[in-house]
Amino acid sequence: MILKNFALAAVIAALTGTTALAGGHSDAAKVGMITTLSGGGAGLGIDVRDGFQLALKMAGAENVELVIEDDQRKPEIAVQLADKMIQSEQVDVMTGIIWSNLAMAVVPAATAQGKFYLSPNAGPSALAGKGCHPNYFNVAWQNDNLHEAAGAYANEAGFANSFILAPNYPAGQDALTGYKRFYEGELAGEIYTKLGQTDYAAEIAQIRASGADSVFFFLPGGMGISFLKQYAASGVDLPVVGPAFSFDQGILQAVGDAALGVKNTSQWNKDIDNEANAAFVAAFQEEYGRLPSLYASQGFDTANLLLSALEKAPVSDADAFRAALKEADFASTRGNFSFGPNNHPIQDIYVREVIQEGDVFTNKIIATALTNHSDAYAAECQM
Amino acid sequence: MSLLLVIEQVLNGLQFGVMLFLMAAGLTLIFGVMGLINLAHGSLYMIGAFAAAAVAGATGSFLLGLISALAAAAAMGAIVELTVIRRLYKRDHLDQVLATFALILIFSEGTRWVFGSFPLYLDVPNWLSGPVTLPGGIEYPAYRLAIIVVGFAVAAGLFWMIGRTRIGIQIRAGETDREMIAALGIDIDRLYTLVFALGAALAGLAGALVGAIQSVQVGMGEPVLILAFVVIVIGGIGSIKGAFIGAILLGLTDTLGRSFLPVLFGTVMDPSAATAVGSALASMLIYILMAAVLIYRPTGLFGRV
Amino acid sequence: MTREGIVNAVIALGLLLVPLWALWANEPFTITLATKVAILALAGVGLNLALGLGGLVSLGHAVFFGIGGYAMGILAQHAQTFDPIMEAPFLIEGTKSMPVIWLVAVVSSALAALAIGALSLRTSGVYFIMITLAFGQMFYYFAISWPAYGGEDGLSIYVRNEFPGLNTLNPIEFFGITYVLLLAALFLSARIAASPFGLALTSARQSPQRVETVGLRPFRLRLTVFVISGAITGLAGALFADLNRFVSPTMFSWQMSGEIMIFVILGGVARLFGPVAGAALFILLEHWLGGVSEYWLIWVGALLLAVVLFAPGGLIGLVTRGQK
Repeated sequence: MILKNFALAAVIAALTGTTALAGGHSDAAKVGMITTLSGGGAGLGIDVRDGFQLALKMAGAENVELVIEDDQRKPEIAVQLADKMIQSEQVDVMTGIIWSNLAMAVVPAATAQGKFYLSPNAGPSALAGKGCHPNYFNVAWQNDNLHEAAGAYANEAGFANSFILAPNYPAGQDALTGYKRFYEGELAGEIYTKLGQTDYAAEIAQIRASGADSVFFFLPGGMGISFLKQYAASGVDLPVVGPAFSFDQGILQAVGDAALGVKNTSQWNKDIDNEANAAFVAAFQEEYGRLPSLYASQGFDTANLLLSALEKAPVSDADAFRAALKEADFASTRGNFSFGPNNHPIQDIYVREVIQEGDVFTNKIIATALTNHSDAYAAECQM
Repeated sequence: MSLLLVIEQVLNGLQFGVMLFLMAAGLTLIFGVMGLINLAHGSLYMIGAFAAAAVAGATGSFLLGLISALAAAAAMGAIVELTVIRRLYKRDHLDQVLATFALILIFSEGTRWVFGSFPLYLDVPNWLSGPVTLPGGIEYPAYRLAIIVVGFAVAAGLFWMIGRTRIGIQIRAGETDREMIAALGIDIDRLYTLVFALGAALAGLAGALVGAIQSVQVGMGEPVLILAFVVIVIGGIGSIKGAFIGAILLGLTDTLGRSFLPVLFGTVMDPSAATAVGSALASMLIYILMAAVLIYRPTGLFGRV
Repeated sequence: MTREGIVNAVIALGLLLVPLWALWANEPFTITLATKVAILALAGVGLNLALGLGGLVSLGHAVFFGIGGYAMGILAQHAQTFDPIMEAPFLIEGTKSMPVIWLVAVVSSALAALAIGALSLRTSGVYFIMITLAFGQMFYYFAISWPAYGGEDGLSIYVRNEFPGLNTLNPIEFFGITYVLLLAALFLSARIAASPFGLALTSARQSPQRVETVGLRPFRLRLTVFVISGAITGLAGALFADLNRFVSPTMFSWQMSGEIMIFVILGGVARLFGPVAGAALFILLEHWLGGVSEYWLIWVGALLLAVVLFAPGGLIGLVTRGQK
């Protein structure tokens, strides 16, 4: 029976593309990664997965068994995959979720069942404030961070009358709130667009008519590509600033010239000068034949955080393991990185400018927007 | 709110409507002549955009990209018609919905397989980039003006084709009496393939034109598809005239709704609540319009009873 | 017993035995999957009444599925935070009790079906498909942009709701609840199909004039079946939300409507157990193919196409070779 089960497990592993990197050590851990690998938005999940796997490979980590599942960007599917990982696979640590709404569906239940969750991308405010949990660690950012940095940059750049827009959903509302938290000037206009909208002619006309001196936008994925192309063609030439999501390596080539010179805020860029980052950028290009994106760096850092904690304490000793995670004793691709009281990052956030290197569009850091920045919700967190 | 802004928004609504017309014309032709609901029409739009992006990227010529979008979508349309769609004409609408839904899955994931998960690059050609100044001092993107012109030209061409040419007579005959045209010795199979390929080519053209100002990515076809369905249902299924009027109506409603509803609500409530309520209502507006039209006229504005 | 009767019995028994085996083999996730099958099948049973019996091709049944889901989400959310839903003119509080939630889900989705049906049934054919789709989109965009209950993020409920005498957190007990409800719905729909009302509907589908000449109004018959259909799908929505302990606007999306329709077609339209067979096959495919290839949806598409083109009676039609 045991043999039969073992054979069955092997078959399942082969079928599900499970990366079974042999276990057996006392410091072994089983990691369940739920991320978006198909449909729209798959590019982000693939980058996180590739970054994570690259870190395991570079460390030669044989003590981590990684199970990867595709959530198709549907919260219901993500919840069921989480059930499967907890009930059947009995993973110790979970990670991988890209989208805030999926994280809200999965994380509270997973941490309530004693699992660790390391977020490589989403950082909804509810999980940073009242809903924080000792087993939940965010290795990317709290959702508002990059928008706050954009607000801070707007002050430095002397913007006094911004027009701001974002899709009408919680992350969009957080984005505008985040920008306004740091931005000190007037608002020429504030609009919420339809989620998934691809034509921004009406909004651009409003921007033109508003008398604004600058534009802040948060439009992730295809929405941002559409907006930037249409904005460039409209002849409105106010300076634009936004979070890195519309300017990451994955979509920048699709935006093309329209993005050139645009300022965007990010906690990472490929030109951050430290050893870990240089090694990461080189290895990622070597392994996958493309430049890494911000998402890839977050996946990479998440894996390294996990490995650093495993070196100090086994997962089975939850308290020690938690303390080891909290130390964040790993070489981050972003340089300085530590956890605040709510297990969210304290880190520098930079201003980048989109440039062209040969045929390739990419970013270069031009300034630091916020130094050792935490988030606005840490005070609400009781744990 | 200035008059200039209103005029600019009306132009934007027109441009959006014209683009919807290119999608809706094919859908409504295919339904009118063959009685087929084609959910996969959005996939042909996507194929047009990808073909244009790939060819324009390789050759650097936007016009070549447009031509290949037309060709690729028409060819794919013909292939799908010959292999799958042909078997569905005699089936009920339910089977058609399901089979073409299955085609969406195959096309979307197939495209992702070939082109990868990241969006493709396609941009407006240099000679159409930037704004032009219209009489009255309105600055308007040249490319959007070009889309409006192309859309009206295609509409005129379609009306001419259906009203004045031999193939148009066959199409009209096919809409009214299918047995009759077979009896007249017209090769009905060939006519069907032709109409389907024509509809596909129009969708491909729309995809390529729009791809240059939006993002070329997998799944770009479905939102447009739903809008195109709303258009033909409002206009009356099978009617080109209905599709044209429905498309313009919808384009204007959506554009004006989302730009002016929040302002309108702002006069009676505080700004942030007005923005939230206004944009929520704006995103539902076209569906409310459609339901209202159907309740008032159950077969659309120009539909046959 | 007819051939279809035997197939039905096998399906019903199979859906019961798989989770029992899983319980014995300590495979809790298989029980969760079986529960999902039972719930989605229930939604399909609802749609099958409108689709199979009434001939109403609704591409908007996600509306009822979503309303059921939000009935659970809103009630449980208020119970979770001890914050009453409304205080004036009278006090309404949230609840964690499943039977109460079910009742609210059924009543509110039936009311929605009454309103949507009364408007949509003025049209027919393609127009009906499209107007139901339009109502679905209205609810979808409303749910996304309405901030009070989470917007696109949806609502998370931390603990599954309670059923008197059972521990619903135990997967097999929750499965039992859904299985019994599924059987009850199947029984109800079999009774409806065999009743004078069902027969009148069948003839209204085949020839509306004939029904009118005997003094029945097809509109009323269709509206009635649409309401019952919506109510059952709404119940399934409440259960689905409880299975996931989570509800979000994707329950309202048109893809959801399409999926429910796929269950019905895969299994066989107007076959009593069609939705059960269809949902089981779909979940199985999703679970296994999803692991085989990143592009597994291609294969689902190909299979669906094959069923429509070559097996119009669906799975059950295939097994019974068209016999009843």
